[in-house]
Amino acid sequence: MPVELTINNVAKTVEVEPDTPLLWVLRDTLNLHGTKYGCGMGLCGACTVMVAGQAVRSCLTQVSTVVGKPITTIEGLSPDGSHPVQVAWETIDVPQCGYCQAGQIMSATALLSKTPHPTDAEIDAAMSGNLCRCGTYPRIRQAIQLAAKSGVAVQKG
Amino acid sequence: MNLNRRSFLKMSAVASGGFTLSLYIKPLALAQAPPKQADLKPQAFIRIAPDGTTTIMARGPEMGQGIKTILPMMIAEELDVDWKDVRVEQADLNEAVYGSQSAGGSTSTPKSWEPLRRVGAAGRQMLVQTAAQSWGVPVSECTTKSGCVLHAATGKQVGYGELAAKAAKLPCPALDQVALKDPKDYCIIGKSQKGIDTHSIVTGKPLYGIDVALPGMLFAVIEKCLVFGGKVKTANLDQIKQMPGVRHVVVIDGTLTLAGFTPPEPGMEPGVAILADTWWHAQKARKSLKVDWDYGPGATQSSDAFAKQAESLLQAAPGNTVSSYGDVDSALKGAAKVVEANYTFPFIAHATLEPMNTTAQWKDGKLEIWTTSQAPGGGLALVVKELGISATDVTVHLCRVGGGFGRRLMNDYMVEAAYLAKQVNVPVKLLWAREDDMTHDAYRAGGFVGLKAGLDAQGKLVAWRHHLVTYGDGKQLAPGARISAGEFPSGLAPNYALYTSAMPLMLRTGYLRAPGDNAYAFVAQSFLDELAAAAGRDPLEFQLDILKYAPVAVPGEAGKPKGPQDLNPERMRGVLELVAEKSGWANRKKEPGRAMGIAGYFCHLGYFAEVADVSVDKDNKIKVNHVWAAGDVGSQIINPIAAESMGFGGVVEGMGHMQQEITLVDGKVQQTNFHQHPLMRMKQIPPIEVYWRKTDFSPTGLGEPTLPPILPAVGNAVFAATGKRIRTLPLAKSGFSWA
Repeated sequence: MPVELTINNVAKTVEVEPDTPLLWVLRDTLNLHGTKYGCGMGLCGACTVMVAGQAVRSCLTQVSTVVGKPITTIEGLSPDGSHPVQVAWETIDVPQCGYCQAGQIMSATALLSKTPHPTDAEIDAAMSGNLCRCGTYPRIRQAIQLAAKSGVAVQKG
Repeated sequence: MNLNRRSFLKMSAVASGGFTLSLYIKPLALAQAPPKQADLKPQAFIRIAPDGTTTIMARGPEMGQGIKTILPMMIAEELDVDWKDVRVEQADLNEAVYGSQSAGGSTSTPKSWEPLRRVGAAGRQMLVQTAAQSWGVPVSECTTKSGCVLHAATGKQVGYGELAAKAAKLPCPALDQVALKDPKDYCIIGKSQKGIDTHSIVTGKPLYGIDVALPGMLFAVIEKCLVFGGKVKTANLDQIKQMPGVRHVVVIDGTLTLAGFTPPEPGMEPGVAILADTWWHAQKARKSLKVDWDYGPGATQSSDAFAKQAESLLQAAPGNTVSSYGDVDSALKGAAKVVEANYTFPFIAHATLEPMNTTAQWKDGKLEIWTTSQAPGGGLALVVKELGISATDVTVHLCRVGGGFGRRLMNDYMVEAAYLAKQVNVPVKLLWAREDDMTHDAYRAGGFVGLKAGLDAQGKLVAWRHHLVTYGDGKQLAPGARISAGEFPSGLAPNYALYTSAMPLMLRTGYLRAPGDNAYAFVAQSFLDELAAAAGRDPLEFQLDILKYAPVAVPGEAGKPKGPQDLNPERMRGVLELVAEKSGWANRKKEPGRAMGIAGYFCHLGYFAEVADVSVDKDNKIKVNHVWAAGDVGSQIINPIAAESMGFGGVVEGMGHMQQEITLVDGKVQQTNFHQHPLMRMKQIPPIEVYWRKTDFSPTGLGEPTLPPILPAVGNAVFAATGKRIRTLPLAKSGFSWA
């Protein structure tokens, strides 16, 4: 059945079953491959996107539940990597394998849009749903602090 | 790949690119007169556009270890171009042109350091020669800088872009004859260069194997038996074929034969493949799939039974002697103090965050593959064997890898995708679900270790007896379970014996980051800490003392010159002393429930020592407050920002290993996802400081050696804080957990 979505400020109509997880609509129907599959159970955070400003696990989000809500994926943060969180990630050179980083960036963006100057404890609390198998956590912390300094709050994802 | 199309510098003769690792791990003194190397050509690796933009081919698979940046840095440095003018392109699989394209065992740096710098230098020489000829001046009067050739006497200058087409026609100089830069003149090597794909990663570009999309592609999942090697008796295939989006259902009979020794690539596992319009359709249909399995002999295996069997093997005469010298039994009898302990570590899974996948297309008798293998050459050989096709009919593209850690040295998923594509004759993207990944891994082999050591009246080590019970068939140990005759303190302890015994295993084991070492360091360095405590000595001082013992000839090693593959006690002492200095070990405070632990380890040509500062609460929850790491991988840290990442990675992964376990009940793997086989989370990770000790040895790799010391460093700190010794992993089985 046709499902109407607003993804990265663009209206899209997709032909999918309503119980399809948003993750697979993004990846396989819309070819937005930035959002990653890691566990399918909401345990790893690789599939994190923002729905109405909230970080959600798209692998557990049935597409029918996000109709009419603004969805932001990593591709929608900026066309050129100029979003302050992306800039910070690049400046600090956070990634190792990089597979989890889209999810990390989306969680960080959601955090900073509500808490522009988070403490280390607030960062840990907001980010501990996102696994990084390679161990980039020290750099992620650094990048979030840097993004906070550069004033991400004014640029909500 | 089509080299002619892609190269401005035209390809010349293609020669064999085989490498011998030993050629590249000699100390610097030998590097001045290197032996003849594989016939690599600058034209294969470098192309320069008329505007000077330089594209360098990255030969190895990038999985987070940074070689897509580091290897081109080596070429660019000696070519003498500015890094900002360099573009990097991932090479397709062609080992005849690029040399070894596998990445594992921390070998990419040592096997590339000499030859790839020489490729760059040869390219530079050809460009200089071209300029000198056109100006009619001697080559010796020309210099280069930032992608230009200069002639000081006449003030002439020309960019590489104007020279490249002509230069490519010159004969390639012998790589062992080209001049290399003095390291003090390096402009790129030794300076932090950001990951070549970092921008693409933070903007969500489709870089990974999982992101490959071909027109008309079907998505595949494969349901396999939870018992390794279990076969399909019957299944409700007709019902599944009717489900929405499903296009094909394929029963895979498999090609593996179960035996007590299971090779890393044992053949295709049996299963039922579902191919559908989207991955979700395939995965959803799978939930209705009902398979009646013939579990086979694997179903008799259980973790509990292995533990019991190991217990009795530890009491019996060992099956095999790896190394023995002196008279360990007499020395133990005569020792003033004898310490005895058993250590245990479990199977664990690799759990790369990007699950196994490959996309394959079979068209007109040709196969095209997009994969995330760490050893694509091995994968190609396997595909050729399993499908009965010719290697010349296969093209392999290398995608960025969402984590390797040794899992992708095994190429089972690559064969499966190729097999399915050939069966259905349309492009197929095979993607394993997380549950498939965790239940069908090639696991880190578990082990059970009996240790006995003797101290003399002065508290000095006089004897060390080490009996590892692991898996195998008696002839050979399971993949990844090998233990080396040089295992510390072999060659230093005055009397020493290392034995193994093996239990047949019908389950796949394989190579997990720092294979063997990731567990053996925990065992040996924890036991060493026990000995120091028994001797009433500081653990650092105790280990440094052993590292000053007169070397003892190990049987079979007498008269052989020591090489980089052998422990160099001076280098080990160096990193222990450095980490002690950085962590303030000598003046460490000890308070109830909080202490530091230290450990060091040598593996994969690298030396690492780590100190962990931990707190343990009343519920035995361990919080690591801080970690210091010190490493010695030779004379040059090629890309400092990436090297530090490897330090972080080793520490975080090693901590993760401490809480992980794969168990078998009736042959079935019990853990299916991250809730049962957890990874470390951000809140559990302390600040980590990484330091380097530079020594006069050729640079070596960092994937593996950063990892092993963290496990015993934490365990030793827990002992210092609580008096309780962690001898069994996972932590939960010793009564501990991460905070």
